[in-house]
Amino acid sequence: MVSVHSNQSSTVVPESVKILVAGGFGVGKTTLVASVSEIPPLSTEELLTEASTGVDDLAGIEGKTTTTVALDFGRITISPRLVLYLFGTPGQDRFWFMWDELARGAIGAIVLIDTRRLDTSFAAIDFFERREVPFIVAVNNFDGSHHYEPDEIRSALAIKEGVPIVNADARQRDSSKLALIKLIEHAMTKIPEGAPA
Amino acid sequence: MADNDAEWFDEAAGPLVRPYAMTGGRTRPGASWLDVATQVVTVPSTVERVGIGPEQHAILEMCHRALSVAEIAHYVNVPLVVVKVLISDLIDRGDVVVRPPAQALRAPGRELLQAVLDGVRAL
Repeated sequence: MVSVHSNQSSTVVPESVKILVAGGFGVGKTTLVASVSEIPPLSTEELLTEASTGVDDLAGIEGKTTTTVALDFGRITISPRLVLYLFGTPGQDRFWFMWDELARGAIGAIVLIDTRRLDTSFAAIDFFERREVPFIVAVNNFDGSHHYEPDEIRSALAIKEGVPIVNADARQRDSSKLALIKLIEHAMTKIPEGAPA
Repeated sequence: MADNDAEWFDEAAGPLVRPYAMTGGRTRPGASWLDVATQVVTVPSTVERVGIGPEQHAILEMCHRALSVAEIAHYVNVPLVVVKVLISDLIDRGDVVVRPPAQALRAPGRELLQAVLDGVRAL
């Protein structure tokens, strides 16, 4: 918490942190967010412009490609001083990978996987690996899907040793909670020794 | 055919033109570091605030309790890029406060992660 002293008064601004929930379309991202969020998931949208640097106004924007990407998110108030946001990355839209802001400063990501469509989560794994954002893989167990051992998933998706793989049921609050805990614990192992608290 | 074209143009352009009219055509906020999760809090004022639009009045109304940029965008029903411009102006005016960018942008440290972990475990 920080107190900002202005001319008018002293106002307290809570600290916020974010966790991303990623994976292919229909893999259960919003379901997971809803299972632990204190509010029904909200949605907002971002306009991403392909030539996004140096755009100060809309003059001359005709030549640029703009795409709208929708984002679902939930909120967990940890204390009056600290709020956790869960952002479900848009699954349907390939352009979310342009959205570096989402990953910036995030604790990390839970990449949800549907074993019937493993390929839909490749892109998310690649995204977080490249940006060195801590992530875990959560296998969302859909009814009627074949059960795979974590080793089989790791091998099929070429997930590096050291990246935790957990089973999850995105509909179950306790299961989603455990995935969050696993991610935060994993992120803590990624902090360099001697880094400031 | 011409009628169809006109209709298509209106429907496609309507939702875009309106938000950018709110921001005077700008798409880049002064406070470009504003994050989707940045908390925004209204600075209480006994003086009537003039020179701001209805969307900014709405933001000041809802942020007596801290809200993130993403929540504000949802409630005001405008894209994030637009709400950031609106909030950025309010910061410049001293109507709202946010955490300074140096704190907002750094990766969470051990102490903060431990607090989040404890909080999630207690859910």
